Amino acid sequence: MDRGLHILLLSLSSLACALWSQVAAAEAPVGDASATPQVVEPQIDRRNVKAPRIDAENFEAGAFVGTIAIEDFGSSMTYGARAAYHFNEDLFAEATVGTAKAGRTSYEDLSGSVELLTDSEREFTYYDLSVGWNVLPGEVFLGGRRAMPSSVYLSLGAGSTRFAGDDNFTLIAGAGLRLLVTDSIAAHLGVRDQMFESDLLGSKKLTQNLQVSLGLTAFF
Amino acid sequence: MLRCLLSALLMFTALASVPARAAADAEQVVVQDPYLEFRTGPGRGYPIFYVVDRGEEVSLLRRRTDWIKVRSDRGREGWVHRSQLERTLTPQGEQVKLAGPAPESRLEHRWEIGLVTGDFGGANIVSVTGSYALTQSLHARLDVTHLLGGYSNGLMGTAGLLHAFMPQWRISPFVSLGGGIVQISPKATIVQSEDRTDPAAYSGLGLRGYLTNRFLLQAEYRKFVVLTSRDDNEEIDEWTVGFTYFF
Repeated sequence: MDRGLHILLLSLSSLACALWSQVAAAEAPVGDASATPQVVEPQIDRRNVKAPRIDAENFEAGAFVGTIAIEDFGSSMTYGARAAYHFNEDLFAEATVGTAKAGRTSYEDLSGSVELLTDSEREFTYYDLSVGWNVLPGEVFLGGRRAMPSSVYLSLGAGSTRFAGDDNFTLIAGAGLRLLVTDSIAAHLGVRDQMFESDLLGSKKLTQNLQVSLGLTAFF
Repeated sequence: MLRCLLSALLMFTALASVPARAAADAEQVVVQDPYLEFRTGPGRGYPIFYVVDRGEEVSLLRRRTDWIKVRSDRGREGWVHRSQLERTLTPQGEQVKLAGPAPESRLEHRWEIGLVTGDFGGANIVSVTGSYALTQSLHARLDVTHLLGGYSNGLMGTAGLLHAFMPQWRISPFVSLGGGIVQISPKATIVQSEDRTDPAAYSGLGLRGYLTNRFLLQAEYRKFVVLTSRDDNEEIDEWTVGFTYFF
């Protein structure tokens, strides 16, 4: 009897122990922070990285007007547009379009009535793409109070010239002075040679068409 | 014509006045480098005329390539290189990120634009090319080419794919494949003959190398087959070299 009671009490207490350990386990899961208090708390804030809104002005666009000496056809006024993208402080890419009206050759003037080209064939239009290098950056002083950043640049490129009804592959070599009148307006003084092969006057030759221009561009 | 130029000039002055207004609510940052060097112009050669110490606030006004025009709280304005502003904070203590070309952008960039010149079966060419990176090594590409020959001129538009074998290398070989349309018209000084417009297909191989972080120099050979309406197809070799810039 005693023995049976002992066994019953023992089994009941072991059951109670098992239940208690189950409940305790549910109440305090392994690795709980309260169970093992942290000695050092890290003080790292998440850093917010912010990109500022600044006006990036790497594009430049504008117009130019000047004079072009079309080989054998006299000098004419030329005008057009230019756009540039500045990759860094040294290099930029530039696109130019322009037009001029070719004059008369000396032969046409001397002979009187001979017309080598029709009026529409005298349209001289060109476009080109070139890479420029700001080779001599500097400053230009106006009197004692004003200084303007400036740059002498060289450019080399290729394009096409439409003259006498034909498109001609054209090589461009140029140099210019860019003057920053304000932070976003630049004045340009440019000289360039537009070279293309032509057989208009009989024999084939490389024509040199020199151009001098004044331009105004805006950075945006 | 003069009126046209005058209106163009007016347009530029209007354009140029936009940033001036934007500068009124310029971003403020706190200098974290030991000092900021103010230069008189946006370039490394311009003289340093003013210095701002750590802890002072400056306003960011405008940016040109890697140079940023800033104004100190005493009203002095000058150009500062991006590298000196990389560790600045906003007045609230947030870090400021001025994006610059990072070497990893070589692999991550999407858009490329290039200027190309070369020889197409004896004719000189001027070409503009653009491409979009589908993956790091595969690019979808579009070319518009002006053909300028001794006897004929033309226009060509092609679309294709370019696969770079080792995009992570400084110089990577690539192959290309595509097709398009070629339009050829004889020169006016040559006896009259008809303009021709024919479909064409090409396959090519080349090398592209990084000159700087954002510049590629690309040389390519392409073999074109022009599918003419005559009995024989025309095979044309094209050799080109060009600059490519990526965004």
